[in-house]
Amino acid sequence: MADATLDQSLDHRAATVAARRHFLTRLVIYGLLVVFAAIYLIPLLVVVLNSFRDQQEIARNGLISLPRSFRLDAWGQAWSTYCIGGTCEGMQRNFYNSLKMTIPATIISTAVGAMNGYILSKWRFRGSEALFTCMLLGVFIPGQISLMPWAFILGNLGLSNSVYGLVLIHVIQGISFTTLFCRNYYVSIPDDLIKAARIDGAGFWRIFRKIILPLSSPILIVTVIWQFTGIWNEYLFGVVFTSGQQQPITAALVALTASGTNVRAYDVMSAAVLIGALPPLLIYLFGGKYFVRGLTQGAIK
Amino acid sequence: MSNHDLILSVPAPARPWRERLGSAMPLLVLGPSLVASFVYVFVFTGWTLYISISNSSLLPTYGLVGLDNYASLWANRRWNIAYNNLFLFSGFYIVGSMAVGLLLAILIDQRVRGEAAWRTIFLYPLAVSFIVTGTVWSWLYNPVDGIQAMVRGFGWTSFSFALASDRHYAIYAVIITGVWQASGFAMALFLAGLRSVDQDLVKAAQIDGASTFRIYRKVLLPTIAPIFLAVAVIQIQFAIKTFDLVAALTKGGPGISTTFPAIYVYDLMFQRGQIGEGAAAAIMMLAALAVVLVPYSFWVVWRRRKEAGHG
Repeated sequence: MADATLDQSLDHRAATVAARRHFLTRLVIYGLLVVFAAIYLIPLLVVVLNSFRDQQEIARNGLISLPRSFRLDAWGQAWSTYCIGGTCEGMQRNFYNSLKMTIPATIISTAVGAMNGYILSKWRFRGSEALFTCMLLGVFIPGQISLMPWAFILGNLGLSNSVYGLVLIHVIQGISFTTLFCRNYYVSIPDDLIKAARIDGAGFWRIFRKIILPLSSPILIVTVIWQFTGIWNEYLFGVVFTSGQQQPITAALVALTASGTNVRAYDVMSAAVLIGALPPLLIYLFGGKYFVRGLTQGAIK
Repeated sequence: MSNHDLILSVPAPARPWRERLGSAMPLLVLGPSLVASFVYVFVFTGWTLYISISNSSLLPTYGLVGLDNYASLWANRRWNIAYNNLFLFSGFYIVGSMAVGLLLAILIDQRVRGEAAWRTIFLYPLAVSFIVTGTVWSWLYNPVDGIQAMVRGFGWTSFSFALASDRHYAIYAVIITGVWQASGFAMALFLAGLRSVDQDLVKAAQIDGASTFRIYRKVLLPTIAPIFLAVAVIQIQFAIKTFDLVAALTKGGPGISTTFPAIYVYDLMFQRGQIGEGAAAAIMMLAALAVVLVPYSFWVVWRRRKEAGHG
């Protein structure tokens, strides 16, 4: 009897120790997550808050402090009246430039990539694997290698200092990525499906429209998100091949933050930074779930 | 005469044009992309290679000077700083972002509440441009307005934090910012890897009484080893191409302390009109990428063959 009670109390003690250990582990896990989340969120929070604060207040209390004023003026200035290098139209023109560049380049490169991926996975021919490998090399070429050739080509096409020139660059450069993504995804669609359709007399386009396309939404979402954020966020080609009013928003942001001659207008710059960051952020917030899933399912292999 | 030959000897009926067009369609559609990719990969690279051994200065010219541009590039102190920075940055950036990414992935893997929310928080920097990240962090590093000012505001008036404005430490400011931006990406890939490990393996180890720590060390992490390599290779690529982040964060300064190869190429080509030497520097960037990617792709092919051979 005495032994049994001893055992029981030992069991009980062991259980309490285990529970306490479990609790401590959980505490450490959530504690670490909270610390890292703070590190990730604070920069964003600082910018958001500062875009609503008064410039004088920022100058007095520093960038990282609780807001004591609230005003929307900075957003209006950043959008339409702030001066960057002599012109006082804010970021709106550059924002539109980025849209005019990103939307067509994303659509074209994704469409071409889907077709290429379809052909390279379902209409293979002798040497198609080798051609695919060659196209893949385009993923790795650093932009600096293509600067001089592009300068020459854009100059001859009359597309230097134009958004359309950037569209061309991003389409050509993007094809490697989009082809890779789509091809790796389409490979997993059973070939029997295609064979059956061909026996039924369906041709190249019909199979694409009726079989491939309806199955494509996961990979098209990944590709569109990848291309949109990549092209919107691109800086090198923007700053090299355009200037002033033709610049995309990334280049304009650098020009804006570098042009602080007198007091740094942190309020306006914060709003401008957010305007530049918002489109890809929104896309990510709405599509990020699919993006991560698709990326880990097949895009990166 | 075999059946096969018989078929061949029968003259083929003229195929209707529609059918012929149909069978050529894949090549017709693929053709333009193939040409464009070929030009982009081979012609552009060859072109830049040619410029790098020519005497081009302000405009491309085509008198050959051999390796002079490369010699003068490597004799340049600024290029050597850029190259050293690249090594330093790549090392810390890759190890740092993988360490933080792995830690976050393991934390999230412990059946935490609100997993999607944590993931979103750690991954959002991936959607933001290096320009935005670099700009915002340059404010945080700014001693007058940023982190130093905040801590001093709390009353610790001798606190000093001026990483980005000190020529010896500015490179670490770039590294920290890079790790901040990239570890979420590493986390996503590691997490996906951890989730794809066969759960029976884990259960078997649990039944044997292995601790969580031991299960990670002995079962989970070895199983996802290929992911480590893939993440490292992807990050090295980003590191070698680093341009935007530095352009927005330090502009290569203070002085020339945070110059990177990509920054130097831009400077030579478009600020100083030394196209030949700029092209040489761009080729060196490509060489650095090749040093990493060529062995990696051989390894990937070798592994695939091995796996195919086994199963």
